[in-house]
Amino acid sequence: MNQPTNEVQSIRRIIAASSVGTLIEWYDFYIFGSLATVIASQFFPKTNPTAALLSTLATFAAGFIVRPFGALVFGRLGDLIGRKYTFLLTLIIMGSSTFAIGLVPGYETIGFAAPIIVLLLRLLQGLALGGEYGGAATYVAEHAPPRRRGFFTSWIQTTATLGLFLSLGIILITRHSLDIDRTKSIAKFNDWGWRIPFLVSILLVIVSVYIRLKMKESPLYARLKTEGKTSTNPLKESFTHRSNLKMVLLALFGATMGQGVVWYTGQFYAQSFIENVCKIDFEQSRTILIWAILFATPFFVLFGKLSDTAGRKWIMMIGMLLAIVTYRPLFGKLLSISDPSSKIEIPQQKQINTTIKPIANSQNSVRIVDTKYFFEGGMVITEAKSDTVYSDQARTTLKPDVKLSKVLGDDDYWLMVGIVFIMIIYVTMVYGPIAAFLVEMFPTKIRYTSMSLPYHIGNGIFGGLTPFIAVLLTTIYTSDKLVGLFYPIIVAGICLLIGVLYLRNKIDPDVND
Amino acid sequence: MNTLKRFAGILWIIAGPLAIYYLAQTALKEIAKKPVIDTKIQWAVFVIVFIPIAIGIMIFGYYALRGEYDHLPESSTEMTD
Repeated sequence: MNQPTNEVQSIRRIIAASSVGTLIEWYDFYIFGSLATVIASQFFPKTNPTAALLSTLATFAAGFIVRPFGALVFGRLGDLIGRKYTFLLTLIIMGSSTFAIGLVPGYETIGFAAPIIVLLLRLLQGLALGGEYGGAATYVAEHAPPRRRGFFTSWIQTTATLGLFLSLGIILITRHSLDIDRTKSIAKFNDWGWRIPFLVSILLVIVSVYIRLKMKESPLYARLKTEGKTSTNPLKESFTHRSNLKMVLLALFGATMGQGVVWYTGQFYAQSFIENVCKIDFEQSRTILIWAILFATPFFVLFGKLSDTAGRKWIMMIGMLLAIVTYRPLFGKLLSISDPSSKIEIPQQKQINTTIKPIANSQNSVRIVDTKYFFEGGMVITEAKSDTVYSDQARTTLKPDVKLSKVLGDDDYWLMVGIVFIMIIYVTMVYGPIAAFLVEMFPTKIRYTSMSLPYHIGNGIFGGLTPFIAVLLTTIYTSDKLVGLFYPIIVAGICLLIGVLYLRNKIDPDVND
Repeated sequence: MNTLKRFAGILWIIAGPLAIYYLAQTALKEIAKKPVIDTKIQWAVFVIVFIPIAIGIMIFGYYALRGEYDHLPESSTEMTD
């Protein structure tokens, strides 16, 4: 009677220890992205072309190119020296790089050294993340009983989304806690308060390292090591042996690339679309995502558990199919909710506030006209129009700068939460079972290496590039605001076709090989 | 089903060069339209990253055409070259 209870307690400890560490790594990785604008103003001034170049490199290189390299470096290490020490190492690298970013003086203080240091630290973050996930998923799966592998690994699967949730939450809380006056608090946050979420990370990492140090090596890997059957060259065995390479390619094109685009479209691109296309204000565009994540996260575990009986393949394929079919109507609905033309304005409540600020060393001034429009249902639109008032009255600004910001009424707000929730449900379908699915595809001795690379190409490159490519498409084909969705729809479509044709739905009863 | 898997392999083999052609052509067009450093880096990254992936899908198609995916291995003992 005691043995099963002990086993359950032991696996719970393993899941908790692995998940907390992975959650922190995702948190560390996402705070940089979530604070990209503030970081850019501190380290990468747009007026300096070299700094702007480094900024672009920091965004692209670290997030997308370096992750698969991290998968190769740490995957190899994980198959050579063991899972436990490798994902302990990735956690330490990630935690210290994040903490260090919070300490780097700005461009104005140390000049070019600032963006270069930040770029290097960001590269380290990308490398560490590339090594972390495969280790955590493999570690948990190798402890899990066959019939519950999907359920146990699904806890690891919640960490990426919860890491995003935590980063958004901590940023919003910090942004409002630095002063009683909200405007002053935001100004302080932009000045120095943005460092707090980076510095906080070290506390989380210390706790997680302590927990992970107490963990034992994966039993399957430990046995291989004792028997002297570990791989001597995991990279060669994973990618040059035809029998394994074909499985790596199948994992990438039949599962992870579709999963990656669904993951990033449902969360990152949805948030970016709400903020930049629908023009919903900074706070609401983030809290909509926070609520949707909160409601949808339990479904990772639900679909992970379901995959233990129904198989992994069809849950993932149905998730992709639903995404392909419904993305355009769902994003179209987001647009229509934010469209004021379908709402009735309350003209009596309209407010106009004009401020004129003189420009230093000049006779001219900047005029800012804030107009607030109120609508039935609670929507408020703020239009901030700024132009230059010249001392020479014959001159006028050719094109005034106009910024729109919409605050939704309650009904519309919750409708948007509902739509994003549906998109995150698709994420939970494609992502919940995938750790167990990948673990079952590869043999123990090269599992860490073999599963990490397709995961990080699928999730990091195909998925991570989704917001950029989608925005890029809207700048090339300007007539359709939803044109960006063709990228995830086409990628998920190809992946669905390959997955349906070539993957099998069988659950591997024995990963001890 | 296995015949379909093999025939679809041809599709994946063709998809690789098509993707490379589309990517390179769009990159050149966009860089010519806006020749600033940001555009160049963006497109250079896309081309450098996606070309190996396009080669990957061609290899995948080749394996599919050869019938490598007719039967997927049940255990690692089947995964030997």
